[in-house]
Amino acid sequence: MNNELVIIGAGPAGLTAAREAASHGVKVSVLDENDRPGGQLFTQTHKFFGSKEHMASVRGFQIGEQLLEDLSKLDVEISLNTTVLGVLPDKKVMFVKGEDKIKTINAKTILLATGALEKPLMFKGWTLPGVMGAGAAQTMMNIYRVLPGKKALMLGSGNVGLIVSYQLKQAGCEVVGVLEVLPKISGYKVHASKIRRAGIPILTSYTIKQAKGKEFVESAVIASVEMPAGACRPIQGSEMEIGCDLICIAAGLQPFSELCWQLNLKMQYISALGGFVPVHDKYLQTSVPDIYIAGDLAGIEEASTAMEEGRLAGKVVAWRLGYLDKKEFNFHFDEINIRLSELRLGSFGIEREKGKKLLLDY
Amino acid sequence: MALKGKRAKSSFWIIKKALVEILFNIRAVMANKIKKIPNNDNAGILTLDRLKETPGFPSDADYDKGLIAVIECDEDIPCNPCEDICPHLAIKVGSPITNLPRLDSSKCTGCLKCLAICPGLCIFAINKNYDDKNALVYLPYEYSPLPVKGNKIRALDRRGEFVCDGIIHKILKSSKKQNSPIIGILVPKEYFNTVRHFEF
Amino acid sequence: MNLKKNMANNSRITTHPILEDLKDRKKVRICVDGKDIEAFEGEPIAAALFAHGIKVLRHSPVLNEPRGIFCNRGRCTDCIMKVNGRPNVRTCVTMVTDGMVIETLQGLGKWGTK
Repeated sequence: MNNELVIIGAGPAGLTAAREAASHGVKVSVLDENDRPGGQLFTQTHKFFGSKEHMASVRGFQIGEQLLEDLSKLDVEISLNTTVLGVLPDKKVMFVKGEDKIKTINAKTILLATGALEKPLMFKGWTLPGVMGAGAAQTMMNIYRVLPGKKALMLGSGNVGLIVSYQLKQAGCEVVGVLEVLPKISGYKVHASKIRRAGIPILTSYTIKQAKGKEFVESAVIASVEMPAGACRPIQGSEMEIGCDLICIAAGLQPFSELCWQLNLKMQYISALGGFVPVHDKYLQTSVPDIYIAGDLAGIEEASTAMEEGRLAGKVVAWRLGYLDKKEFNFHFDEINIRLSELRLGSFGIEREKGKKLLLDY
Repeated sequence: MALKGKRAKSSFWIIKKALVEILFNIRAVMANKIKKIPNNDNAGILTLDRLKETPGFPSDADYDKGLIAVIECDEDIPCNPCEDICPHLAIKVGSPITNLPRLDSSKCTGCLKCLAICPGLCIFAINKNYDDKNALVYLPYEYSPLPVKGNKIRALDRRGEFVCDGIIHKILKSSKKQNSPIIGILVPKEYFNTVRHFEF
Repeated sequence: MNLKKNMANNSRITTHPILEDLKDRKKVRICVDGKDIEAFEGEPIAAALFAHGIKVLRHSPVLNEPRGIFCNRGRCTDCIMKVNGRPNVRTCVTMVTDGMVIETLQGLGKWGTK
């Protein structure tokens, strides 16, 4: 197996890094626990924002298809159904593919691109079948083409909550409403406008109190909240019960950092980036030499930033392994950083930009 | 085995759970049962007053010139495909790409390319004076099934609420996946700036 | 709305406004709690069950509460069932095969017995 660069995670960051590094001659293998590559790219049926360089107006799954096509022309080994159990000293990656024996590979360089996990929201009745993550519902509809429910209640008005509500409607599911605990929505107004004009109500300063049902979700009890001095209190008497058979939790994402803890990487809690993030330098190298990170693992952002970081990581590794000279690398380094900072502009991007700067300072 | 002890322990937890449910959740148990969640929150709703402040929204006089693009975008998201796609250079975003798009109504021909490409699906096109009774409103529509010309529709406003009856006039579907299908609907003239969606 | 057309009699999204129409998928037969149902090659057990309205996949060990899909990516283990005699199999990441025998899991499941 190729071992000059072992990439863990075949999502947008991992695949882009593989393409960049392999195009300079690096011997790359990509390991992913899923049975298909692409991470969350293939669940995205909506168009991305940004500029032409960021592949704006292209749908997520089209970007995924393009990446895989590019990779098919390069010498990159993609191993699916492959769970990385841990990384032993000297960058020995321990993995198991399907039902095979556990194997190891001595990697020269490792790139962790394991992405994100959905944050759960715990409320009474949350264990009932029919309560699932928004990403779970999205995978069910867009990958497996099964309707996750007929009447959905969305919890959370970030971009994930708003977009998945839109996609639920496109798939044929009625969305009874989107609840947001804060006094204003967390996602893009254009996403909210799209679902409002389609008749999906959004309630700000609202939360769920209980999911009710005997064997699965049959209704939800919601209540308005007040937030005195930062606490969150449901307002007594404001409870309403609405029938639904699907409750989607879109309460945010956190970096999927189990391998980082196992590797004893230096971690830092940065709430703007979703939680604990591995500290990294401007070349995306962590506190352990030759171990790099890219994508949502390096801070929850978007697919477009994940791809730019993947691009950067691929170029850094190619340079460090001697496949790319410093001058050409510096040119690409500057170019990628300009594109990254463009994506981090505006009132949504500025918090992420600050978070990333904090990370570099550690 | 340990099964007997386990069953007894399980009954204790079941009873405790039921008591907690009754004592602390009486209000939830007696909550108002509703058929529909109220629709009067303002999240995601752009008012005409706010829209008139944005540079992508045509002025009142512009509508009398014929079919014109109407950009309903008021947030600083890094995004500029509308500027890129316009063949008549009627839309300017510039740098930084978080700038709101500015519409030059003198250059806009109503070609509908920006409607199809916008990732936010927030560009429309309006011919206020399609005929003496009706306005023609073009909007992006990514649902299925698509309607057909002549279908009667219920036209909805930005809140998804019923405004008036209308009729499907034109359906534009592209083979390119990044282009959203565009539907043109005829509605009574006075609703040209209210109607933004429909159901049939 | 006419979106009901999207839902075949067992909740499969055969046509979609953005994604390609579903066609040419190989059918397989799986047996769930003694009942034969139709599934498609390449789909996870949990999705096939969901398509038939089967949402309760197991009952929890102590309180005997119904559990089903939660994360749908093999992380939370809420979707575990007994598959081909083996308990605690994550059904959201295990693909169906022809003739598979699936049973609702009760509690923690028993290894080494039928």
